[in-house]
Amino acid sequence: MADLVAYILRKVILAIPVVLLATLIVFLMLFMTGDPINVLSPPHASVEQLDALREKYGLNEPVYVQYGLFLWQLLHGDLGVSVGFFTRDLEVGDLIADRLPRTLELMAIGLTISYSIGIPLGIFSALRHNSLGDRSVMVFTLLAYAMPSFWLGILFMWLFAVELSWLPIEGTTGGFASIILPAMTLGIGNAALTTRMMRSSMLEVIRQDYITQLRSRGLPEREIIYKHAVKNAILPVITVIGLDIGWFVAGSVVVETVFSWPGIGRLITDSISNADFPVVRGCILVLALFVIAGNLVADILYAYVDPRVRLG
Amino acid sequence: MSGKKAVLEIKGLRTQFFLREGVVTALDGIDLTIYENESVGIVGETGCGKSMTAYSILRLVPHPGRITAGSIRYKGIELTTLDQDRMRSVRGTKISMIFQDASTALDPVFTVGDQLGEVISLHQRVYDKKALQKKVIEALMLVRIAAPEKVITMYPHELSGGMKQRVMIALALSCSPSMLIADEPTTALDVTIQGQILKLLKALVAKTGSSMMLITHNLGIVAETCDRICVMYAGRIVEDAETFELFERPSHPYTVGLLSAFPKLGVKQAELPVIRGTVPNLMKPFKGCSFVDRCDKAMEVCAHKRPPRVEVSPGHFVSCHLWSGGERPGGT
Ligand SMILES: Nc1ncnc2c1ncn2[C@@H]1O[C@H](COP(=O)(O)OP(=O)(O)O)[C@@H](O)[C@H]1O
Ligand SMILES: [Mg+2]
Repeated sequence: MADLVAYILRKVILAIPVVLLATLIVFLMLFMTGDPINVLSPPHASVEQLDALREKYGLNEPVYVQYGLFLWQLLHGDLGVSVGFFTRDLEVGDLIADRLPRTLELMAIGLTISYSIGIPLGIFSALRHNSLGDRSVMVFTLLAYAMPSFWLGILFMWLFAVELSWLPIEGTTGGFASIILPAMTLGIGNAALTTRMMRSSMLEVIRQDYITQLRSRGLPEREIIYKHAVKNAILPVITVIGLDIGWFVAGSVVVETVFSWPGIGRLITDSISNADFPVVRGCILVLALFVIAGNLVADILYAYVDPRVRLG
Repeated sequence: MSGKKAVLEIKGLRTQFFLREGVVTALDGIDLTIYENESVGIVGETGCGKSMTAYSILRLVPHPGRITAGSIRYKGIELTTLDQDRMRSVRGTKISMIFQDASTALDPVFTVGDQLGEVISLHQRVYDKKALQKKVIEALMLVRIAAPEKVITMYPHELSGGMKQRVMIALALSCSPSMLIADEPTTALDVTIQGQILKLLKALVAKTGSSMMLITHNLGIVAETCDRICVMYAGRIVEDAETFELFERPSHPYTVGLLSAFPKLGVKQAELPVIRGTVPNLMKPFKGCSFVDRCDKAMEVCAHKRPPRVEVSPGHFVSCHLWSGGERPGGT
């Protein structure tokens, strides 16, 4: 276990420069359109207002000082103020804090759906290699993966909300029922990917010597499969959890828009149409940090399951 | 021989692989009996079917292979038709196997202690954690692993090749099987470790009174370790004799070829010498003797008729037309 703790520490330390890089990129976005004050101020601002904002963001200082100030404010949770028409002068941090839990619950349920479908289905498919069941699963995964999420979202809406009236069509007013469709839309593509990965990994593992070796000791088949084979086969799936989270972050922007889900993704699209740069910037930073944290968690989980990676 | 009790009796065993390109006959009528307290060596070139013999006995022939004919009896119980549950209770406790390559034969994500504990708890019904750990440590001490308390918390990748093979032996012997199959247990190890492992195996088998089937392509190893030797060629056992007898009076031309480059009994590290020609394609069924293309003494009949198994002297069996008459040709 000592090696695991050392490994986690090492990974956390290695994540720090990545976080800094993310903040730097987000900071530099400010200069993409010429004078930063243009994007940091509301339209038709007075000269006094502009001066006050220049002062707040230190725009008269050299760039590295500005970056330092940006980091300093970031550390205090200060992401600037909104310049959008409806949210003018509200703290970006507050706007995001308002929306973040919604996105987190959507992703959590989406991830849960994707792994709780993908992993068992992959195992099932591998154990019945080339059977009718296996082939049907493969066809399903191909379809689910190939379908764009906005299209899938609309399909689900039509089927479950309009035709069958089982679930609310959009928004959050239906309580837990409201989250099912957006979370399914978000999770199903990844479920397909996970199924394929788990299947091929399982097929690989059950041919290994150590599985035959376990059989030669007379262990029950279910123990060989569900204890030994699954634990080995799940490793490649864990390595891509980091990537999955990136996929979910991108997907949430689309899904939240389709289902009017009031999360960060929706906040981004709304803020873009309102030319609300400070909010867009804040959201991107938060999502970037989220992806970095997700990767960190995936690395740690991997090392926890596979003792071999703790060495390197 | 007749006074001894047979542990394992194999008759006419045939194991085939059904591939898209055709049928590979990996084992083509194996006859082999292993008696109590006996160590039998199986020698032959790579691909002659040594491992498949072992896998067939345990009914672990990998897909798309399967046993298509013959009988395997363990103390009178027919294994080829035994149901899965009863077969599972034979594995590990009655017949146990050490695999060719220890480096891939341990589950990489469980500790040594977990893997040994699992088997011991299953077969000896030890469920108490403390008692189980004690048993695991004993099993490791039996195979002379230093600091077993430390080793039980280690993962396979943290062990050296020799250590892994010791763990494999501990696993195989932890349920005191009456028959141990060791498939090239030392091939993957370096020379000094090879010797140690063999000595250990020999001592443990003697101590527990189990029989051993030792598979190898190294004549030196069988000469030192085994009471009897079976020489395999292209899926058949061509000669079967006690070790001393085989080295003194090799009777099959293939055995003669093998031994010609082997100076004398007790010399280590004699790999199989090269014999003219190559191993035949197992996808083509042969009517006659499988060695006919490489045999200097081949006769007309050899290509057409499968040579019968003849007992040339008590306990010495040869499958070769030179001996079909029953007496030694050329009068030895
Ligand atoms: N998975 C397989 N598919 C097809 N043929 C196989 C397979 N495994 C083994 N064989 C055949 O069985 C023969 C014997 O293999 P094996 O018992 O492993 O040889 P060895 O004596 O080296 O242990 C091989 O020559 C090969 O033709
Ligand atoms: Mg082999």
